[in-house]
Amino acid sequence: MRVLEQGTETTGTPPAVFLAGIGGVPRWLPFLDRLSENRRVIVPSLAGFPGAEAFRHLDSLYDWIVDAIEMFEALDLPRMDLIGSSVGGALAAESAAVAGGRIRRLVLVAPFGLFEADEPNADIWAQIPAPDVLAALVCADPERWKTIWETPEDADPVEWQIAQTRSMEAAARFLFPFGETGVAKRLHRIVQPTLLVRGAADRVIPASYAARFAAGIAGPTRETVIDDAGHLVELDQPEALAREINAFLSDQEL
Amino acid sequence: MKNLWFHLMPYKDLPDDFREAHPSVWVDIDAGLLDAKRVHEHYNEYLDELEYAGEVGFDGICCNEHHQNGYGLMPSPNLIAATLTRRTRAPAICVMGNSLALYNPPTRVAEEFAMLDCMSGGRLIAGFPVGTPMDTVFAYGQNPSKLRERYLEAHDIVMKAWREPETFSFDGRFNKLRYVNVWPRPVQQPHPPVWIPGGGSVETWQWCAEMDYVYCYLSYFGYKAGMATVQGFWNEMDKLGKDRNPYRVGFLQFVGVAETEREANELYRGPAEYFYGRCLHVNPKWASPPGYSSEASQRARVQSQVAQAAAGSRGIGGRPPVATQWEDIVDLGYVVAGDPDQVAERLREVCREMNVGHLMLLCQFGNMSTELAQYNTRLYAERVLPQIRDLFDDRWEDRWWPRPMAEERRYTPAKVA
Repeated sequence: MRVLEQGTETTGTPPAVFLAGIGGVPRWLPFLDRLSENRRVIVPSLAGFPGAEAFRHLDSLYDWIVDAIEMFEALDLPRMDLIGSSVGGALAAESAAVAGGRIRRLVLVAPFGLFEADEPNADIWAQIPAPDVLAALVCADPERWKTIWETPEDADPVEWQIAQTRSMEAAARFLFPFGETGVAKRLHRIVQPTLLVRGAADRVIPASYAARFAAGIAGPTRETVIDDAGHLVELDQPEALAREINAFLSDQEL
Repeated sequence: MKNLWFHLMPYKDLPDDFREAHPSVWVDIDAGLLDAKRVHEHYNEYLDELEYAGEVGFDGICCNEHHQNGYGLMPSPNLIAATLTRRTRAPAICVMGNSLALYNPPTRVAEEFAMLDCMSGGRLIAGFPVGTPMDTVFAYGQNPSKLRERYLEAHDIVMKAWREPETFSFDGRFNKLRYVNVWPRPVQQPHPPVWIPGGGSVETWQWCAEMDYVYCYLSYFGYKAGMATVQGFWNEMDKLGKDRNPYRVGFLQFVGVAETEREANELYRGPAEYFYGRCLHVNPKWASPPGYSSEASQRARVQSQVAQAAAGSRGIGGRPPVATQWEDIVDLGYVVAGDPDQVAERLREVCREMNVGHLMLLCQFGNMSTELAQYNTRLYAERVLPQIRDLFDDRWEDRWWPRPMAEERRYTPAKVA
């Protein structure tokens, strides 16, 4: 499994672990540069996402949650802040609920995990298979998605395309068809201070879902909305997102 | 060679503006378009047509499985096949689909197929498709990432349920069955012939070869578009050292037979344009959920798209649009139309070139009336079939054809007083 990292650990500031959303981290992101300016940032690849090809051994949601917890254990951090976006947000929330002992604070950016029939999230697996369609679904500015998915010179274009599809399949494996994990039953077990972030132009997760998370989480919660951002806030507004997260993680009042 | 008569059972009253006014014929087709009283007529007419095909000399009659689909009114093919067992005597009954992953537990398929084989006196061909994304992933909510794994596991359960003489347990990844012992068992022992409808993936070809199953290429786009796929299958058989027995393959072809070519053009234009224009209007968002195609298949597809784009033939991801005008439909070979001699000559050539021993014919398509379907069927049976039936029989044995009970032991249903 690939684990990327950047930044220096400072006294009193535990490392921040980032679990990415739809598509994962095919290449290093400007958001991670900003985030790592004043902390150590660790980016493990989720199973099936770029950097970790194997995932078909994970069948049930239980398998996926245990896999995520084992991944954190392998990082061997006595204490960490956990940031999960989108698909990674679902596993971040589940990990905090089931085995949150090492997690100091939690940040959930447009997390999957809930479903409301009256206000459904988007069906990310029923999309017209054209490059622009997914880009426009997940980003307010589709060029942001296209830029991170541009084939690097040293990469095989066929494998590069398959990596993207594989990450969509991996997400389907534990989130199909509703993007729901049943975390609603476990939110009361999340005791960490939690920041809920969403993009104002998110076309995937309805705005009300953040409030539903906040209402269920036992720890103190804050909600923030970032303008000109779609579902993948880290791609659309890297600076604004890093600023909000830094402020939350450094806040002495919590 | 064998000629099988295939029905899709389309709904015939999709409106003229269906393409423009409705998003899809499949999955989320507008229920307001359906008149159940018309469906009552459809089912009875379509069963008449299937029975008629068996009566006039087709070797087999076929039904299939689709869900939430305006051109396929057979969510339960086994119900259709069950009625056919009672009202036909000779033809093989080819159920070109129980999509294995959709049955819970999969022993249901072993049971119902065994029932059909008993009811028909051993005339069943057991078709095991994976099923389209529309049917499996979207209409039936199967996880696209687990569909093929579930399919293969369900296949193993069904085959073991047929073969194993004792009660056994199956502790699978997706199915936990402590006591498997299906009753009844099939007349054909150890099991009916197994046919696998598939797209063009190498893995499916290899699997059919390994299991010794028939591979069926059921495309709606005819022999010209299908040629490369079937050739690919044979190349793979060569590589694997398998013989070129043409009965390893089934191939679907639309046909329209009339007294003259001109009459064929007049008669079949409307139903063909209805089918290709309205029935294949599927929202592309349903077509390729991630995980439905294996990575090997994706790799092959992307590589061929890259090659085509490099050759300038079409853009990446681009497919030629479906032809909806009769002239194009015929030119592209979607439908083989003409007088009986023309159709026979073309099909003989196609089957020989493709080396296909099981030809599956769609003689009813689109909104074709029963009268016309039976005209087409009768002309085919009386004047095309005799010209092509002998193909391959001098050299090859069909090892994948049903072995029914002896005629004298087969029950004749009593007449209703």
